[in-house]
Amino acid sequence: MSAPALTGIQTESRRGRRLLLAAAIAWVALLLLLPLIAIFWTVVRAGLSSVTHTLTEPDVLHAFQLTAIVTVVTVVMTTLFGVIVAWVLVRQRFHGRSLLNAVVDIPFALSPVTVGLAAVVLFGPGGWFAPFFAARGIQIIFALPAMVLVTIFICIPFTIREVVPVLEEIGLDEEDASRTLGASVWLTFFKVTLPNIRWALAYGIALTTARAIGEIGAVLIVSGLIQGKTETATLFIFRAYEERQTAEAYVVALALAAVSVTLLLVIELLRHRQEVERTRT
Amino acid sequence: MSTPIVVDGISKQFGSFEAVRDVTFTAPEGKITALLGPSGSGKSTVLRMIAGLEEPNQGRIFMGEDELTVKSVQERQVGFVFQHYALFRHMSVSDNVAFGLRVRKESKQTRDQRVGDLLDLVQLTPFADRFPDQLSGGQRQRVALARALAPQPQVLLLDEPFGALDAKVRQDLRRWLDELHRELGVTSLLVTHDQEEALELANQIVVMHEGKVEQVGTPAEIYDEPVTPFVAGFVGSANVLHGEVVDGHVHLGSMRIPGAGHLDEGAPAAAFVRPHDVVVTGNGDGVHAVVERVSSLGWLARVSLRLPGGETLVAHVPNDDLHGAGEGDEVRVDLRNPKAFFAPEHASEPDELVAGA
Repeated sequence: MSAPALTGIQTESRRGRRLLLAAAIAWVALLLLLPLIAIFWTVVRAGLSSVTHTLTEPDVLHAFQLTAIVTVVTVVMTTLFGVIVAWVLVRQRFHGRSLLNAVVDIPFALSPVTVGLAAVVLFGPGGWFAPFFAARGIQIIFALPAMVLVTIFICIPFTIREVVPVLEEIGLDEEDASRTLGASVWLTFFKVTLPNIRWALAYGIALTTARAIGEIGAVLIVSGLIQGKTETATLFIFRAYEERQTAEAYVVALALAAVSVTLLLVIELLRHRQEVERTRT
Repeated sequence: MSTPIVVDGISKQFGSFEAVRDVTFTAPEGKITALLGPSGSGKSTVLRMIAGLEEPNQGRIFMGEDELTVKSVQERQVGFVFQHYALFRHMSVSDNVAFGLRVRKESKQTRDQRVGDLLDLVQLTPFADRFPDQLSGGQRQRVALARALAPQPQVLLLDEPFGALDAKVRQDLRRWLDELHRELGVTSLLVTHDQEEALELANQIVVMHEGKVEQVGTPAEIYDEPVTPFVAGFVGSANVLHGEVVDGHVHLGSMRIPGAGHLDEGAPAAAFVRPHDVVVTGNGDGVHAVVERVSSLGWLARVSLRLPGGETLVAHVPNDDLHGAGEGDEVRVDLRNPKAFFAPEHASEPDELVAGA
C-alpha cells in the first residue's frame, strides 16, 4: 500500500498549528522583546560616552548601591523566613494552617502602592508606631528601613511558593531515616532537608532578587524621594524621566534590564537543572 | 549484644481514631518477630512507636532493661528500614551507609572499614559511588538495610521492607534477609501484611487486627491453632462455614464439627477449614457434596463443592483422590482439623475470610 495522501483534516490541522506557532512567536517578540530592543537601541545611538557619563554620576552610583542593599537584605530575610514558613506549612498540622497558607499569597494580590500606603499608616507622620520610633530617634519612613520593609513584604511569597511543593514531594521518610540514624533535628535539616530543597530555594532567591530590583510602587511612596539619599535605581529612572533627562533614564533602565535578563537566564538554567534532576528520580 | 524488645500496653490515637489499642508482646532477642495484619491494623504505628517516630498515648516500651519510651529517636539506637527505602537521594551509596557513622563522629578509618564491610555484606560493593536513583528497587532496599545496620543497632525494625518490590525480587530478598539474619542474629521486628512472608521469615508472629493483638505465637501455632476467627481467616486461606452449637459440636446442615465444647449451647458459630483439610472420600463416609468446578494447580486440583445447605467449600486435593469426579458429579467429603469459633454476626466478617486458593 502506498503512503496515503494527506486528508483535508490533516492539512487543515497542520496549517492551524503553524498559525498558532506564528502567533505565539509574534506575541512574545512584539510585546516582550521589542521594548528591550528599543531601549538598547536608544542607548547605543546616544553613544558610549553617555553611558560612561551616566554610570559614573554620584546620584546613579548611590541609587545602584541603595538598590543593592535593599535587595540583599530582602533576599536574606525572605529566604530565612521563607524556609521556616514553608517547613511549618508542610510539616506541621495546626489550626489556622490553611489560613496561613492563604495569607502568604496576599502580596501577589495587592498593588505595591497599597503596601506603601499601609507602611505610611503604620510608620508615617501620626502613624501607629511613629511615636515609638520617634522617641528612640529611629527614622523608619522616608528612610531605608521602610524601603526594605515594603520590599520584603512584596517578596514574601516567592521562596515559600517554590519550596512548599518540593517539601511536599520529598515527604518525611528521609528526615525520619536521618533521625533514626542518630542525627539531631538541626543536623537533619542541614544534611538532608536543605540539600533536597536547594534548587527550589535557588529559584526562589532568583525570583525574589528580580522582584526586589524592579520594585518601584511601594518604595516610591515610603521613600519620600530624597535625591541622593532614598533614591533607588528605579526611583532614579522615575525622576530622571520626569526631569526630561531621558538619556540618563535610558542608560540606568538598560542596566537594570541587563541585570534582570541575566537573572532570568540564570533562573532558566536552574530550572533546567532541577528538571534534569527530577527526571533522574 | 542483642536485646529483646518488650512492648507493654501501648496505645495510640490519631484524633478520634484509635490506631493502636493496648498492644503487649515481647520480641525475643536475636529472633525475627513479624507484626502481621491487614493495612490499617496499626502494625506500622507500633513499629514507629518503638523507633520513637510516634509517641504512644499510653504504655511503655523497653529494650532489655532500658526504657525506650523516655528516650528521643536519636538516643534509641534502632535500625529502621522503610517501605520506600528513604535513601538520601543526594548522597552516593557509600555516603548513605556512612551517614549514621558520621553522625556518631566515628573516625574516617572506622567509617571506611565498616562501609566497605557492609557493602560487601549486601553485595553492592561495585555500586558504592552510584546514586540511589541509579539503582533498582531491590538494590535500594539493600542499601537501606546496610545503612540501618551501620551504627550496629541493638534492634532492627523493618516496615514492609519488600512491599514496594515485585514478586520475584521480593522472593530473592526475603531469602537473602533470612540468611543475613542468621549471620547477624540481631533482634528484628518485621511489619508485613503478607502472611507468606511472616510464616517463612519469622520465629514469632504477632497478628494484629484493628489496632489490637489477636494472637502471638510461632508460625506453626498461628497457622494450626488460630485462637480467633480473624486469625483463622487471615493466615492461610480457609473455608468459613456457619452453623450453631449443639452438644459441643457445630451443626452445619448434615455435618457435625467437633471442638465447640467451649461455646454455649445454641450459639451461632463459625467453622474454619483449610482447603487442604477437605478430603474427598469417593463413596466412603462424609457428607454429600456436588462438584461445581475443578481447576488444576498442577499435581493438586482446586475443587469447588456445593454443600446440601447451599454453602460453597473449596478443596485442594491431589488429582488421584478425585477418582475422576468432574463437574456436576456427586462426591462425599470429610473435614480434617476444623476450628470452631463463636460468631455472633455473620455480616461483620472481614473480607479476608474468603474461601479460596
